[in-house]
Amino acid sequence: MDRSLNLLDLALGFDQEQADASPLSGKLVLIEDCVETSGSFVLHQLMKRVLSPHSSEALIFLAFARPFSHYDRILRKLGCSLSTQKANNRLVFFDMLLMKCSGVEETKENASAVAKLFREIQETVRKLCSVANSNVTVMVDDMSLQEIASTGNSNQDHVLDFLHYCHTLTSESNCSLVILNHEDIYTSMERPAFLLQMVCLADVVIKAEPLASGLANDVHGQLSVLNKGISSNSGRGSSRNKLQNFQFRIKDNGIDYFYPGCRS
Amino acid sequence: MAAPNVRSSSFSRNVAVVSSPQIPGLKCGPNGTTFISTGIRDLDRILGGGYPLGSLVMVMEDPEAPHHMDLLRTFMSQGLVNNQPLLYASASKDPKGFLGTLPNPGSSKEDKPTAPDLDQAESLRIAWQYRKYMENQKNSIDDYSNDFDMRKPLERQFLAGRPIDCVSLLDSSDLSVAQDHCATFLSKFLRNSSNIASIGRIAIQSFCSPLCEYSEKESEMLLFIRLLKSMLMVSNAVAIVTFPPSMLSPSTSKRLQHMADTLLSIKAIPDGDKELEKLLTGYKDINGFLNVHKVARINTQVPVILEAKTFSMSLKKRRFVALECLNQAPVDGSSGTSYGTSGSCSGSSNSGALDF
Repeated sequence: MDRSLNLLDLALGFDQEQADASPLSGKLVLIEDCVETSGSFVLHQLMKRVLSPHSSEALIFLAFARPFSHYDRILRKLGCSLSTQKANNRLVFFDMLLMKCSGVEETKENASAVAKLFREIQETVRKLCSVANSNVTVMVDDMSLQEIASTGNSNQDHVLDFLHYCHTLTSESNCSLVILNHEDIYTSMERPAFLLQMVCLADVVIKAEPLASGLANDVHGQLSVLNKGISSNSGRGSSRNKLQNFQFRIKDNGIDYFYPGCRS
Repeated sequence: MAAPNVRSSSFSRNVAVVSSPQIPGLKCGPNGTTFISTGIRDLDRILGGGYPLGSLVMVMEDPEAPHHMDLLRTFMSQGLVNNQPLLYASASKDPKGFLGTLPNPGSSKEDKPTAPDLDQAESLRIAWQYRKYMENQKNSIDDYSNDFDMRKPLERQFLAGRPIDCVSLLDSSDLSVAQDHCATFLSKFLRNSSNIASIGRIAIQSFCSPLCEYSEKESEMLLFIRLLKSMLMVSNAVAIVTFPPSMLSPSTSKRLQHMADTLLSIKAIPDGDKELEKLLTGYKDINGFLNVHKVARINTQVPVILEAKTFSMSLKKRRFVALECLNQAPVDGSSGTSYGTSGSCSGSSNSGALDF
């Protein structure tokens, strides 16, 4: 890669030279954030990386939180046109904002809606794989909203099932799965099954937190990246199960990462 | 007629806040957003212009302080003064009655001679504003926002014949009625072109009030808010929803906070608190605190970092809502740092609820 890698890229293992596959292929990346600090910028960065002109990867994006125009505008500032990528069939954008407006009442409907969504994704993955023979990344921009959308009758299992199904894609088609969720929703629960399951399944957990010392203009928060990294395709078989901490500053055209106290 | 200055197309310059003369009550913001006024000038300034169109504003109530009502009232009045349709829902039997308590626009500047107790800094500031006022006579700022006299009820002319829809949340066992009202209301303001014809305002008071029959069904409330948010995103409208977080399970409250584009909270100020009185200047005038937790960031990933998160709410000349950063009186040592107010439990265990 000709571009310089930032700390997050390094933590995710983008520095390792690999033939064609991205270090995230076949992995589940979980991004956790909280009310004070949004983790969506990590999503944007990964989107940009997947859709970069150097790779031939494709992206399936499930938007629960924001409309296409929002992402389009952000990614354009990062130097990536979503509309073009859409036209090139490298991006498939599922607008899920109004998912489940009707048929909230019946659980069966809900189950089928989630199942239907998964089948659509599966179909798209198959199509993308057959056409471009490339890695496919599936992104969910807000899992907690999907939970709300599909748990009209407090039946949380559907989303968990969906998660498990999507997880099968990572092994089946060597997809990457990137999921954003809000951690603080679950802190008050006694046994947050949903969160624990996700953390358990995830190969990489990226956590965005505010600084303990409060808000600052030049440091927007800190990121901790746990890379469980027991992937077999890393070649060297190096087990890089390590936790890294660094701070970040979000700008319109990119994100600065730096170690605490090392801001240049 | 010239093309309006308001652009929601993808190619627009990152213009600084400029008021658009075509439609009163609109201001262009960065990243193709458009602001409407909150009805409180200070809050407009704090939030960088106002509430952006298409955003959901959530206000966390404090059971001991009614100041969320002030936010609602000024928001609604500002909309009515600018001739914007309004949808108001509350958990009272007669939501229309609330319209009688809306404040009337007044000018805090004209009262200047009658208020002799102004300190020098204050009068300087006003003089400066007044000069600016003279410079652009057909003043566009006043099209955008007004000062509201909290003691004067809104004049009839602003209420009569205006499209106001009032919904009582008490009547129905679930939220479908409110949902239908919101859907039909918002369908009038769909964002389909760069031209903004009219702006809708939705105000929902005490959304999770225990008086409502649906108050047990938290998932239904979440669904409603999610749907409202989704509909707002494609509309030229702003919704402000106040809710009491103490009535909800913590996880539901957090979910609601996550869904908010702009998140504010109200805190009561403990009466006759000696320690706090020593700490803050102007303690006697402060009615309550306003915390700004989240400022809407639409079409951008850069968070808005405010100078301060906590502001004191007071009534200037007992009429106009004013928000100010907390002015910390000089104190010795660390006596102040261990102090904090938290809304639900008034213990001093929680430090850092106030920041200066």
